[in-house]
Amino acid sequence: MKKYTDSGKQDTRSGFGAGLTELGKTNPDVVALCADLTGSLKMDDFKANHPERFFQVGIAEANMMGIAAGMTIGGKIPFTGTFANFSTGRVYDQIRQSIAYSGKNVKICASHAGLTLGEDGATHQILEDIGLMKMLPGMTVINTCDYNQTKAATIAIADYKGPVYLRFGRPKVANFTPENQKFQIGKAVLLQEGNDVTIVATGHLVWEALQAAETLFEKGIHAEVINIHTIKPLDDKAILDSVKKTGCIVTAEEHNFLGGLGESVARVLSTNHPAPQEFVATQDTFGESGTPEELMDKYGLNAAAIVGAVMKVMARK
Amino acid sequence: MNETKRLENLVIQVRRDILRQVHKVNSGHPGGSLGCAEFFVALFQNIMERNETFTMDGKDEDLFFLSNGHISPVFYSVLARSGYFPVEELRTFRHLNSRLQGHPTTHEGLPGIRIASGSLGQGISVSIGAAQSKKLNKDSHLIYTLCGDGELQEGQNWEAIMYAAGNKIDNLIVTIDLNGQQIDGSTNNVLPMGNLEEKFKAFGWDVLNIQEGNDLAAIISGMKKAKAKTGKGKPICVLLHTIMGNGVDFMMHTHDWHGKAPNDAQLETALSQCAVTLGDY
Repeated sequence: MKKYTDSGKQDTRSGFGAGLTELGKTNPDVVALCADLTGSLKMDDFKANHPERFFQVGIAEANMMGIAAGMTIGGKIPFTGTFANFSTGRVYDQIRQSIAYSGKNVKICASHAGLTLGEDGATHQILEDIGLMKMLPGMTVINTCDYNQTKAATIAIADYKGPVYLRFGRPKVANFTPENQKFQIGKAVLLQEGNDVTIVATGHLVWEALQAAETLFEKGIHAEVINIHTIKPLDDKAILDSVKKTGCIVTAEEHNFLGGLGESVARVLSTNHPAPQEFVATQDTFGESGTPEELMDKYGLNAAAIVGAVMKVMARK
Repeated sequence: MNETKRLENLVIQVRRDILRQVHKVNSGHPGGSLGCAEFFVALFQNIMERNETFTMDGKDEDLFFLSNGHISPVFYSVLARSGYFPVEELRTFRHLNSRLQGHPTTHEGLPGIRIASGSLGQGISVSIGAAQSKKLNKDSHLIYTLCGDGELQEGQNWEAIMYAAGNKIDNLIVTIDLNGQQIDGSTNNVLPMGNLEEKFKAFGWDVLNIQEGNDLAAIISGMKKAKAKTGKGKPICVLLHTIMGNGVDFMMHTHDWHGKAPNDAQLETALSQCAVTLGDY
């Protein structure tokens, strides 16, 4: 099986910051807006290098989304930065009307998504944002897995015309995808080939899926691991091709099982090629305070939980 | 024909367009639309510098954003009669497969519309973005925005009002349609908003009043004064004192016609008060 190595733990939000820095140099139309979280979003570099293209809006996310929509008129490509909770639920109607329905070229960049925000607790740990955003017609939804991929995705979405939700996180996690990779929106990445079960993971759960595949390999189970960084549009073909071979699937995400990647995959399977599926996701619950590791363990979002889900789904084949 | 007469005739025709659009589909918002007929005509026919061809980016021209999207009948009528799309298309207002949706939208590609509005309170934010885009593009043209007064009850407005002053957005003129009415009654009964002039001033805006908000000459003179105040470090607020339902006696001074269409007899009475000038669609 393929070996993946961690080149050194980094946070995905720093990948976003690095991507934005790169865009600052290469694309004069890119502008950045932030709602009083410049440091948390790693936007300091862009701010320092391009003060005329950086807009501090204060603690006023609704206004930020409206301003971003307006800035597209005249050809700017606005990147908004705040936590995932304040990038979605707090400003859903502003995004729906002024950005999505109006077809504006705004990139909504959301850090601190999911449980791994940690100690701040449930007020800040949104587990519903993928569902909220994927339901908006025309919205592209991306959840990257590591530093390198987040940087590449940030750069790639500037070249795509249309609204995008880019979701990433706070903790330092394994950095294992290639440096300077080409990021293709909507194109799944096959990480591990196998015939017994398909594991489709997004965001922080991709590394956990690779760890799970190693454990399974030792048990004689060959898991196929697919990194679904784009939840919408979903790479239906990659999922179907794999499930036709393996006959069962586990989806893994740091999100509620309602409305997340798992449900999108279930729709693809049920309408094309029904197969047993297990969901590694939160079970319609809010989060709580704790370290990221403790929370991912308590809520069943790690390699061990994926192994357990694989055993369960294979028994249903 | 002199210019004043031309604009007056256009206002009367716009009133007819509003009434006929709303009547045909038995829905829509005639009250606020009628109250702003003079303002729209003055803005599009006199005040704004507009390019012949519509482009979304609107470079090197003034831009207009309607925040209170429910007064779409007056917006559509004035856009059509300013050449953005065929006047005959007003027939399709609120019908299936129309570009003239109940509330304005870019979704169907109607020329003249740059943002969807209808869910209230978002127009000033969008306008600020467009104003900052103009500054980045070294385009000295202005952004004009119209908001309802009741709409100012939405909190997002005050985020935007604070931001605009704090960031010296001085290429922006926001007009408030001060008709004192909203769906459930007068703004003073629904949620008193206090002294709006003092509120805007306290937030750092330059404010001027147009007391005769249904008088073309007063509007043109007031908006010219507003224009002269731009570029001086402050956003501009125009308090436009209008009469809801203006030009149709039984629709005036009441919120009853905020979102209600006239029946056949009411339409006939209303149209008899605005004789055809340019010709109906």
